[in-house]
Amino acid sequence: MSALVEVEDLSVHFEVRQWGFLRLGAVQAVDRVALTLAEGESVAIVGESGCGKSTLARTLLGLHRPTQGEVRFAGRELSGLRRRELKAYRASAGYVQQDPFGATAPFLDVRRILAEPLIIQGVKRAEREARIRAALEEVHLTPVEELLGKFPHMLSGGQQQRLVIARALILGPRLLIADEPVSMLDASVRVEILELLRRIQGQRRLTLAFITHDLSTVRHYAERIFVMYAGRLVESAPVDELLDAPRHPYTQALLGAIADPDAANAHRQRELPAGEPPSLLDPPRGCRFHPRCPHAMAGLCDRDDPPDFDVGAQHRSACWLHRE
Amino acid sequence: MSLGIGRRGTWAELRRYPSALAGVALILLLVALALHTLATVPYGQAVASWRSGEAHLPVNARPVWSDWLSPGRAPRSERLSAETRESEAFPGGRRLTQRIELDYTYDDFPSELALFLRPQHSERAAFLRLGWQTPDGREITLGSRRLVGETRVALSQDRALEQRLGRPAHFGLLAGPDGEALVPGRYTLTLEAVFFDPAAELESELWLYGRVHGLAGTDHQRRDLSLALRWGTPIALAFGLVAAVGTTLSTLVIAAVGVWYRGWVDALIQRLTEVNMILPLLPILVMVGTLYSTSIWLMLGVVVLLGIFSAGIKTYRAMLLPIREAPYIEAARAYGASHLRIVMRYMLPRILPVLIPTFVTLIPTFVFLEASLAVLGLGDPVLPTWGKVLNDAQAQSALYNGYYYWVLAPAALLMLSGLGFAMLGFALDRVFNPRLRNL
Repeated sequence: MSALVEVEDLSVHFEVRQWGFLRLGAVQAVDRVALTLAEGESVAIVGESGCGKSTLARTLLGLHRPTQGEVRFAGRELSGLRRRELKAYRASAGYVQQDPFGATAPFLDVRRILAEPLIIQGVKRAEREARIRAALEEVHLTPVEELLGKFPHMLSGGQQQRLVIARALILGPRLLIADEPVSMLDASVRVEILELLRRIQGQRRLTLAFITHDLSTVRHYAERIFVMYAGRLVESAPVDELLDAPRHPYTQALLGAIADPDAANAHRQRELPAGEPPSLLDPPRGCRFHPRCPHAMAGLCDRDDPPDFDVGAQHRSACWLHRE
Repeated sequence: MSLGIGRRGTWAELRRYPSALAGVALILLLVALALHTLATVPYGQAVASWRSGEAHLPVNARPVWSDWLSPGRAPRSERLSAETRESEAFPGGRRLTQRIELDYTYDDFPSELALFLRPQHSERAAFLRLGWQTPDGREITLGSRRLVGETRVALSQDRALEQRLGRPAHFGLLAGPDGEALVPGRYTLTLEAVFFDPAAELESELWLYGRVHGLAGTDHQRRDLSLALRWGTPIALAFGLVAAVGTTLSTLVIAAVGVWYRGWVDALIQRLTEVNMILPLLPILVMVGTLYSTSIWLMLGVVVLLGIFSAGIKTYRAMLLPIREAPYIEAARAYGASHLRIVMRYMLPRILPVLIPTFVTLIPTFVFLEASLAVLGLGDPVLPTWGKVLNDAQAQSALYNGYYYWVLAPAALLMLSGLGFAMLGFALDRVFNPRLRNL
């Protein structure tokens, strides 16, 4: 499998200014992240809220400029693209957002919502209608005829998310980034949407990047998992290996926090990491997890950044515990 | 691009508000009046007759409808030609005798009497003697004069005659022997003209200037007020519309640009707006009018120019800021929409519901502004407008002199236009912003 997306040493920092010019510091939303997504692969990027996973997703889409490092799509670096090339890139990267209710313009009907990307990318009028109908059928938004004239507020949450997926797919992308696509939906429709994404990913041979904080469902929809903490990528591994044998203390803590349906576990004491994720405006030196880490080693974890250690086949973990 | 509420839907909603229908009716009425005026009274004609007045119109005549409000029948303007014409030749010349009969049935004295003479004769002046016979048989000589070419004999302004009669001619000639009460009946004006030209001819007309004229009356310069009231309509509507469109559009686009680009662009726009907000519009317009020109189109330009960075920017900015952060905007960027398209197609439509009612209610404020300027004496130098009528009325102490119609008619038109747009605007506000409905 060839690499479709290559991310090298990527940092995305946001400057915080007062009165528009006084520099107060920078939020290090994504810091020195490296990862590779293979063509046709389905991966999940997991982490707590505010760990930088959405920023990473937006940077992959070219919506944020990297402060440092680069993102390459099919071998071409994004920040080096000209305006026209960037527009063409946007056609090959689809984006499904978290909030289906706000993701479509409330004053446009379904037909127009789906037509907009086609118009912008210069698809001829004669071709549009057929593509719109095909896209709606692909995401099972039927009866198509009835839905074309509806406005978003007339659709259910699940239907709206299908519409968003249809819009993301209508330009025939090679990469689809889904940022918590089901977190705002009713539990009853989550599975449908996830199944839909899974099926489309398989049919179209899409590279699918899921962003989620829900580790309980990841196993069914991703082949590999990247775990992020405080702007850093801390562990990456094939899904089964990561879920069954996590190596990084943060991943272990995260998995420990998953709600377990087994009633017997209700009274079991969990090992929860104390404290909160650090401020990204002023992250801790060394390993960013060390203030909460049960295995933190004084003089090492609080001083030096841990590099990525290979701890298995395709399994990497950024923790000093693996240094031997 | 369609809005959440379709055009048909808006109209259907709007029809449920009687005030909206009344407003629309008023606006349509004004528009119809404006179009009719433009079609029937050419610009050049309007400007010309407003500049110089019209000789056949009485001075300060009331509108015809005012006759219903007072007892008796006020005199209308009349032009009477000679009914009997006699001619008698003599060597080297010709004597013409003409009689003009006036059946006076009105209950008030006319406002003026004048005689129009159009003789056709050789170089030498003719002699003219005028006589007046009252219904009760009295003869009053109106004197004699030399007659050369076309002449207007202003009987009412004849000082000598006024002295003899004790009152101006249009009172004295029609009053009884006591010089007080009006005597209705048949009056005869006799003209005796002696021409030293055997082929001479004379056309004569007695002009009786009425006390009432037209639907709006006339002013002190023999100008038909209805002309200014009619021509004021298209001017007011155009001024209001252009000013409202100009300020709204520029304000909106600038607010959107500031919100979209943020940073120093936004900061600059905000500071400019704040500076502009404390600049007083009216004094600036007065200054421009005094120092430069009072042309209505220049005023319009200044209004729009000063309106570019008006307070509306703050409102629109406050509304656009959350829209900018909406996920659908980010989605649009992700599928390649340009900055311009995002601002124009994705952000601005969201504030149309607030924009449209505001825009509609903004129109009359500019109509009033134009009228205020004219009242302050900064009206357009050539165009007849409602404000200029009010300005004239004020200068002539219209209300003190009892010319109430002079003030009421333009004021009523101003109020109607304000009312029409306000009623429509408020109803539109309720249709577009349903949350207001229960308030």
